[in-house]
Amino acid sequence: MKLVTAVIKPHKWEDVREALETFGVTGMTVSEVSGYGRQKGHTEVYRGAEYDIALVPKLRVEIAVGDADATAVVDAIVTSAASGRIGDGKVWVTPVESVTRVRTGDKDEAAL
Amino acid sequence: MDGYNAFMLVATLLVLMMTVPALALFYGGMTRSKSVLNMMFMSYVTIAIVGVLWVLYGYSMVFSGEGGIDTFFNSPFSNFALDGVGYDSYTFMMFQLTFAAITTALISGAIADRVKFAAWVVFVPLWATLAYFPMAHMVFGCTEDALICTTIGAQDYAGGTAVHINAGVAALVLVMVIGPRLGFGREPMRPHNLPLTMIGAALLWVGWYGFNVGSLIIDDSVGDISTQFLNETGLTFSNTTIATMTAILGWLTVEKLLHGKATTLGAASGIVAGLVAITPAVGAVNVFGASIIGLVAGAICAWAVGLKYKLKYDDSLDVVGVHLVGGIIGTVMIGLFSKPGEEGSGVVGGLAEGLFYGGGVGSLVDQVLGVLVAIAYSGIVTLVIALAIKYTIGWRVSEEAEVEGIDYDQHGESAYDLHTSLSSGGSGLSKGV
Repeated sequence: MKLVTAVIKPHKWEDVREALETFGVTGMTVSEVSGYGRQKGHTEVYRGAEYDIALVPKLRVEIAVGDADATAVVDAIVTSAASGRIGDGKVWVTPVESVTRVRTGDKDEAAL
Repeated sequence: MDGYNAFMLVATLLVLMMTVPALALFYGGMTRSKSVLNMMFMSYVTIAIVGVLWVLYGYSMVFSGEGGIDTFFNSPFSNFALDGVGYDSYTFMMFQLTFAAITTALISGAIADRVKFAAWVVFVPLWATLAYFPMAHMVFGCTEDALICTTIGAQDYAGGTAVHINAGVAALVLVMVIGPRLGFGREPMRPHNLPLTMIGAALLWVGWYGFNVGSLIIDDSVGDISTQFLNETGLTFSNTTIATMTAILGWLTVEKLLHGKATTLGAASGIVAGLVAITPAVGAVNVFGASIIGLVAGAICAWAVGLKYKLKYDDSLDVVGVHLVGGIIGTVMIGLFSKPGEEGSGVVGGLAEGLFYGGGVGSLVDQVLGVLVAIAYSGIVTLVIALAIKYTIGWRVSEEAEVEGIDYDQHGESAYDLHTSLSSGGSGLSKGV
């Protein structure tokens, strides 16, 4: 099993969700996060005072999938989240040792 | 006369609205979210304290015309607790109460995020008593020996000196004594809710018509009361409006040139800068003069608010850059644009001819002198009060409290109960509804 984690632009969330639904992903966890990458945040000016706002709002999407599906899920996210501009985010995959469904106690692939 | 009295009740309500909620909203939106309640609260508690003092002895010190040292103030006891004040003066008395309250509340914007509530509650009655009431006497009391109005003869229709320079100087002195917020000039301290500030600025604008237009003084020599009431309120209403509009444009132009973008905070600030500057001049100039005063004030204040970063004083919400600078601009420019009402015009108009209307520099000198006296008086009195508080109860909350947020530390409250949600980027109702 794999955990696919994507950090994306908040306004791309709807596109990503649709792409994943089409692919057959049935659930995910989404959190509001902030951070910065190579775009280094942005600048705002208030009454002449320039502030470097380092942290930009993003969404973190986490999906547990079977080993066979990981690559295709990553591709679906990358395609749907891309705007071609700086700050589009990143997707990475990590191995998962075990998964348990709380309601039934199902284990691993059966719990996905 | 009935119409005039009804109007004065409304004008009083409008100025009341300027302190609560207008100023509280204007300032509250500009603070960080951890201290918005404390910021707004300072306006609310100020109006309560100053209002009680005003009725007890403030009105007497300003307007009783008896006792005291008439150059500076009258006796607090001549009309103590309104003793001897006729009911026919009550509306005027209440109108002037609202001026005392907002002037004191204006100062609070300079010391956002870092001051003990108790220190402010001690400062307010001392400052109202020692700084505002005497200055209001010198300007609005206008008795036989009143310093600014009579002896110097500086014109001030609605309070450029007594209100804005007075509060602006006090703000500057306080930030010098109290010191900057932790992280000033290093950490971002951007406004947490500009829509609140936009609403506050617009409410201040509306309230300001009570402030300026309500400052009409009936003068028999102009003609019959109803003619003066119609004509002079028309002039002051128009001047208040046009100066605000040119100030917005002036501010936006300067910030676009200096910083590349026109901002909503700039528009809100321009509104206040224009209103501040036209306040003393509103009855003395024509619409042309008012439009120039507004434009100059908007442009210069937009630049002046940046000075605190160069001079390293943390006037948090720019009370100095807007009220002191705008107040000086408006008060001094009367000396250029003052224009007496013509015979039969039905307005008092300027009390002297300004430089641009052939009156020479006489009026300009009077105005500058009035400004200097206001700065000196407010500066000295505020410094004494500020130091007295510093070395007794102290001004600052603990560093930990300042970092964690003054709202919780001082009031045990927080302004916002924000549950994180995905409403801004989520799915849900975005389709097919």
